[in-house]
Amino acid sequence: MKHIGKKAYLGLILLFLYTPIVVLIMQSFNAGKSRAKWEGFSFRWYTALFQDQAIMKALYVTLTVAVIAAIAATVLGTLAAIGIQAMRKRPQAVMMTMTNLPMTMPDIVTGISLMILFTFTKIERGYMTMLLAHITFNTPYVILSVMPKLKQMNKFTYEAALDLGASPSYALLHVILPEITPGVVTGCLLAFTLSLDDFVISYFTTSPMVQNLSTLIYSKARIGIEPTLNALSALMFLSLLILLLIVNRRAGKTTRL
Amino acid sequence: MNQNLYLPPWVLWLFGVLFVGFVAYGIVSVRRSNGIKRSFFASPYTVWMVLFTLLPCVLIAYYAFTDPTGAFTLDNFRNFWDSNYSVNKIYEQMGPDYAVLVQRGTVNIGTLVYSLWMALLCTVICLAIGYPTAYFMADRQLKLGSTLVVLFVIPMWMNFLLRTVAWMTLLEDQGLINTLLKALGLPAAQLMYNNGAVLLGMVYNFLPFMIFPIYTALTKMDNNLLEAAQDLGANRLNTFWRVTAPLSVPGVISGITMVFMPSVTTFFIPRILGGGNTMMFGDLIENRFLTEGNWNVGSALSLIMMVLILISLSILRKADPEGEGSGIV
Amino acid sequence: MVEKQHLIDLQHICKDFDGTTVLQDINLYIRKKEFVTLLGPSGCGKTTTLRIIGGFEYPSSGTLLFEGKDIVSTPPYKRKVNTIFQKYALFPHLNVFDNIAFGLKIARLPGDDIKRKVEKMLDLVNLQGYGKRSVDQLSGGQQQRVAIARALVNEPQVLLLDEPLGALDLKLRKDMQLELKRMQQALGITFLYVTHDQEEALTMSDTVVVMRDGRILQIGDPKSVYDEPANAFVADFIGESNIMHGTMVHDELVHFSGFDFPCVDEGFGSDQPVDVVVRPEDIMLVGEDIGQISGVVQSVLFKGVHYEMMINTGETTFKVHSTVMQPQGSRVGLNIVPFNIHIMSPMPPDPCIEGGAEEE
Repeated sequence: MKHIGKKAYLGLILLFLYTPIVVLIMQSFNAGKSRAKWEGFSFRWYTALFQDQAIMKALYVTLTVAVIAAIAATVLGTLAAIGIQAMRKRPQAVMMTMTNLPMTMPDIVTGISLMILFTFTKIERGYMTMLLAHITFNTPYVILSVMPKLKQMNKFTYEAALDLGASPSYALLHVILPEITPGVVTGCLLAFTLSLDDFVISYFTTSPMVQNLSTLIYSKARIGIEPTLNALSALMFLSLLILLLIVNRRAGKTTRL
Repeated sequence: MNQNLYLPPWVLWLFGVLFVGFVAYGIVSVRRSNGIKRSFFASPYTVWMVLFTLLPCVLIAYYAFTDPTGAFTLDNFRNFWDSNYSVNKIYEQMGPDYAVLVQRGTVNIGTLVYSLWMALLCTVICLAIGYPTAYFMADRQLKLGSTLVVLFVIPMWMNFLLRTVAWMTLLEDQGLINTLLKALGLPAAQLMYNNGAVLLGMVYNFLPFMIFPIYTALTKMDNNLLEAAQDLGANRLNTFWRVTAPLSVPGVISGITMVFMPSVTTFFIPRILGGGNTMMFGDLIENRFLTEGNWNVGSALSLIMMVLILISLSILRKADPEGEGSGIV
Repeated sequence: MVEKQHLIDLQHICKDFDGTTVLQDINLYIRKKEFVTLLGPSGCGKTTTLRIIGGFEYPSSGTLLFEGKDIVSTPPYKRKVNTIFQKYALFPHLNVFDNIAFGLKIARLPGDDIKRKVEKMLDLVNLQGYGKRSVDQLSGGQQQRVAIARALVNEPQVLLLDEPLGALDLKLRKDMQLELKRMQQALGITFLYVTHDQEEALTMSDTVVVMRDGRILQIGDPKSVYDEPANAFVADFIGESNIMHGTMVHDELVHFSGFDFPCVDEGFGSDQPVDVVVRPEDIMLVGEDIGQISGVVQSVLFKGVHYEMMINTGETTFKVHSTVMQPQGSRVGLNIVPFNIHIMSPMPPDPCIEGGAEEE
């Protein structure tokens, strides 16, 4: 009855979302280069993928930048959130506006403004600048993830700790931090994801020597998709699927317990 | 492209003074209270933001209002209004080779309007498709579970360039869809390098960002309210119209924000799927900066774009004053 | 007052949830203008029963009659029943006036009628002038009154109330209990009330239905349920009591706590094990020598209304309520008037039953 209609609609949307991905994955097994003709099943693009220096290097860059930027942003952002929350209303509002600013700026403007900055200060664009840029756009998201947890936190636990003889730094480490950990973890993961996927900002803040995956794909896509890219997509999709399903399973298990 | 990177010394002095002032304030406050106040944990972040967010913005503003020699001018903005107004008289003076550059330096209200129009279309389509999707996903009677949500999340996490590029495989002249059409004996269609392809790419990329805020708002809704409405005599349609829809508005606003803004500023999608035929505003800005090396006009355009975004954001914020519909975290 | 004919009839209602049986063979009738309370601990099925009548749950089997017609398949918006939800469920996007007017607008009443009726309701619940207020600015008690107004303005035949007073503080709760009773009698509507607070049930109801684990244990007016509990669980749940195991020696004589007490019940046989209930206020403290049994005062608690003393006779510890205080450690005698000893058939041993009196 009605339920089938609704489920069918959802199925249709899912079909729309997944068709290109499925096509990509199928193409990755296409022995031939042609995009329209199926020339047999093969793993050759997968082996080519791992031998392709440019792609492997880009992968390395992407992963390292994402990890380092996420960690740096998490540290910076968590400290900032703790500090901001302790401010009085006026300075707090100013800080929050400043935090919201980069998020409302379109990524192209952020990227360009940073490019101008680096060129102006004569810093060579490359790995370092890309890293700095990633940290810059990640930190506000960390702050946004941690603040709600800070607000939710019982104000009095910090004072209770002081009452029981803890110094402020001890109280910070042993009382505040444990309670906001979920927010910190969320923020870190969010930052990591954003860095992995970023294209525009990386495009403007790096040099042609140092490419991350996204910029590499861009430069190749203008010419035409290489089948190795299909293999890459397939692998990314698979790892993502497995990761998310595991996370989903574990979340389900904890709620059941 | 050599850029004249002249920056007046007073800017540097300003920042120097501010920095020293900040440190001095810090020292004085620490002296006054016992030890380091908690609010100082935010200082590294503050310094970082000043350097990497505020300063770049100032630089953009600076370039927007100057010409390559560093003199103050409003020409960059005039170029925006009047497509025939040639900017960079310096280039003109440099000779015929640069005349080409001058001619290409035209524009742009048209592009902006086109971008806004495409963004609007994309948002409307995403809303039309996405609202029912979110509604059915949140429907408790269907008992769909979180696996479905995960399925919708996965495409969002896949690299969006790859996903857009994937459409090339389908839409190309020798692509899959055309191959299929040929096999069925139908004429091949020009599916790529036009407005339709760009729109398709945009909707495809941004649809999940419309679905999730609405889904979040709908699931947060107290089920008791629906029962109360039915208890008071509202049938299914009435319940939706009078209770569910108004309460989902924050989510809708959030979704619109997350779709409209990136739609206006995207440059990758029109470039890949539209070839050179569809120039959108983001495209244009990138063009100015990297292809033409005209930082001044590019900055002016960026500034215009930022103003537009801020305006639309404040309009949207009026509709959702409490900001309940945040779909990010 | 309470009319004779049945308004609502539940016949053999059963409900299963994911393999657990929530309601087992519920048979209950509710009459017009009656104030019925479903009373029981959490999980006993009282809310489920209410929701079945409201239309938000389907019974797994059984019949639900409303004025003689089966309404099991009628959706909630077509039933002449209105509900007050536990957390009020006020519409946050509507102000007080629009919340109350919600049902009337759906029924497409003309604007003037709506205004008149809503104003009348605001008067009834003492919220005159609150029409334009936003719902989240109201206190818990005010929100509750808006919920009541919103339901009553539709002039239902039956009002279902799902523990509506739970979130209020004590004084407010007691005031509201009287308010609700007064409203019910003034409007002549049938009220079906759900609560786990036995005092509330006794205060307000015409009929109390005691439930446990999906079954009805006893139905009766407050006084009979209090004075003549059907079994140890009911006795323990309603009011405070001393519950002991005893032996019925013969009619009108029961043995417990090491003494043969004359009582007024008969028909339980000879030398039969029984459960005995004595309310704390029914035990009289007398001199040690004149009492039927004697014991030591173990503890004394001042409760405002009375003193609560635990008295240990060696065989049992009795909870006694008295306005006269006996100091801790003193020896006293206990007398129980035969009329105040209630005999019940023994319940199967159940580790969950806790009583005021403990076996040693």
